[in-house]
Amino acid sequence: MIKVKDLHKHFGGFHAVDGANLEIAEGSITGLIGPNGAGKTTLFNVIAGVLEPTAGRVTMAGKDITGLPPHELFHKGLLRTFQIAHEFSSMTCRENLMMVPGNQSGERLWNTWFGRRRIANEERALRAKADEVLEFLTIEHLADHRAGQVSGGQKKLLELGRTMMVDARIVFLDEVGAGVNRTLLNTIADAIIRLNKERQYTFVVIEHDMDFIGRLCDPVICMAEGRVLAEGTLAEIKANEQVIEAYLGTGLKNKVNT
Amino acid sequence: MDLLNAIVALSNFVLVPAIAYGSQLALGALGVTLIYGILRFSNFAHGDTMAFGTMATILFTWWFQSLGISFGPLPTALLALPLGILGCMAIVLLTDRGIYRFYREQKAKPVILVIVSMGVMFIMNGLVRVIIGPDDQNFADGDRFIITAREFREMTGLREGLALKSTQGITVITAVIVVALLFWFLNRTRTGKSMRAYSDNEDLALLSGINPERVVMITWLIVAALATVAGVLYGLDKSFKPFVYFQLLLPIFASAIVGGLGSPVGAIAGGFIIAFSEVTITYAWKKVLTYLLPEAWQPDGLVQLMSTDYKFAVSFVILLIVLLVKPTGLFKGKSV
Ligand SMILES: Nc1ncnc2c1ncn2[C@@H]1O[C@H](COP(=O)(O)OP(=O)(O)OP(=O)(O)O)[C@@H](O)[C@H]1O
Ligand SMILES: [Mg+2]
Repeated sequence: MIKVKDLHKHFGGFHAVDGANLEIAEGSITGLIGPNGAGKTTLFNVIAGVLEPTAGRVTMAGKDITGLPPHELFHKGLLRTFQIAHEFSSMTCRENLMMVPGNQSGERLWNTWFGRRRIANEERALRAKADEVLEFLTIEHLADHRAGQVSGGQKKLLELGRTMMVDARIVFLDEVGAGVNRTLLNTIADAIIRLNKERQYTFVVIEHDMDFIGRLCDPVICMAEGRVLAEGTLAEIKANEQVIEAYLGTGLKNKVNT
Repeated sequence: MDLLNAIVALSNFVLVPAIAYGSQLALGALGVTLIYGILRFSNFAHGDTMAFGTMATILFTWWFQSLGISFGPLPTALLALPLGILGCMAIVLLTDRGIYRFYREQKAKPVILVIVSMGVMFIMNGLVRVIIGPDDQNFADGDRFIITAREFREMTGLREGLALKSTQGITVITAVIVVALLFWFLNRTRTGKSMRAYSDNEDLALLSGINPERVVMITWLIVAALATVAGVLYGLDKSFKPFVYFQLLLPIFASAIVGGLGSPVGAIAGGFIIAFSEVTITYAWKKVLTYLLPEAWQPDGLVQLMSTDYKFAVSFVILLIVLLVKPTGLFKGKSV
């Protein structure tokens, strides 16, 4: 579904992404792992249109999407979450979710005057949906809290919730699990699996937690120094010498194998 | 009786003028604060945008007057105001398309945009002077007073009179309506909410499908309307002179910064704080004090803290104090 061809992103002389090639299959939950600074987040940023690539192509379902602005990609069904949770801090959690579907009839200026009834109905549907998502994420009690004031882990849940407000085709999750407690982590994993099965979302998941990756992802891609090091099932990746050297380390190997 | 006289004198020379002036500053500061919140730079051309909108309104007013159209007891300028706003919107969109958009695409730093806005300021300033001339233009017509000092004295039997100019009444009423509309728009409509979202967190707004060019365009349209209304009200109340609008930039920026740049509520509060400080500090208190103090303590001088020539210094000092003590302003804007 997504193809990344020979992608480069340089910051000055520093090659954060240095010729990455990868392919995300439609309907898969692909794991993206790699050491800190491997260029995973940068790769997401380039794909999602936040950063312009220095060179290379990104295609989605055969169409070139390189360098398209984020809001256009959003309307094509490409969504992402942030490693460091972002939120509209002055709005409530519910309003944050309700903000997501950007292309509503309320967005047309004249409709604010002439299409009042339709807008009111849309608002109601949107509100119901937001409440449903909040309940799904077990944070319904935070609906009327200011998003700027909820905890870091709760902000992460809100990030995930955002992707559930619209019918996405592919969602890039940047460490949604980091800083979230175990039980919630399971909730998130379940949510991802359900969205994948029931709503045919394709996922790309960056995580450092191997249990989490193991539960969800097939295949797994390992990046290091801006390049794809290896790709395969988690078992294959764990057995890969290069990966062990660059990321998992020999000390970790035993732990991971259990 | 003396107390009442003192209150009336105070209202006449301090409260009423400061409320009117504060409303004008608040409307101006709202424009500055919206641009800062959404486009993230301090728009130095705002004073001259006000001048341009006012000029357009004056030209339409003259045209209406030549056609014999009038608005009864109200100034004809109010009829011409919508057309003036459209004119101002046109020039503002033109500068955005022609100038600011280029720098946005380059992802230019705010500092560069500030300098660019200074360039726009000089161009607009020149344009206004070429079209209408650098001189004073008086364009207020209709009834001058809601109540004159004499009528007030006869009505109440007090020694002091309270004059209420119709432009002051119009200023306050218009400002209330405009501010109510603006807040309704920002808080109740989806477009308004997406503007708030964009101002709150640009990256997230983009990734939530909000079209930045649309948000920017609507912001400029609103700012043009606010600037024209503020400029016309000021012009009706005092008079129209291009250079004065350029000078207004300082109190307007002071208002926006004191309230907290990016915060609409702050802009309004800031406008009134600056206006009240300016008027009270430059007012000669002798008259009020004569009523209040016993004979022996009565002041000899004017009891004026500062001459009106220095009124801009007041904004400047308040600005400095706020920047030193609370750089984010009273209502927690973005720090400058
Ligand atoms: N805007 C930027 N300017 C300069 N260098 C950057 C920028 N963004 C990222 N980098 C550099 O690019 C490299 C890759 O960063 P990136 O955030 O993609 O790593 P990552 O794989 O997501 O790591 P982590 O697992 O820690 O999140 C880092 O060395 C970082 O310092
Ligand atoms: Mg990262």
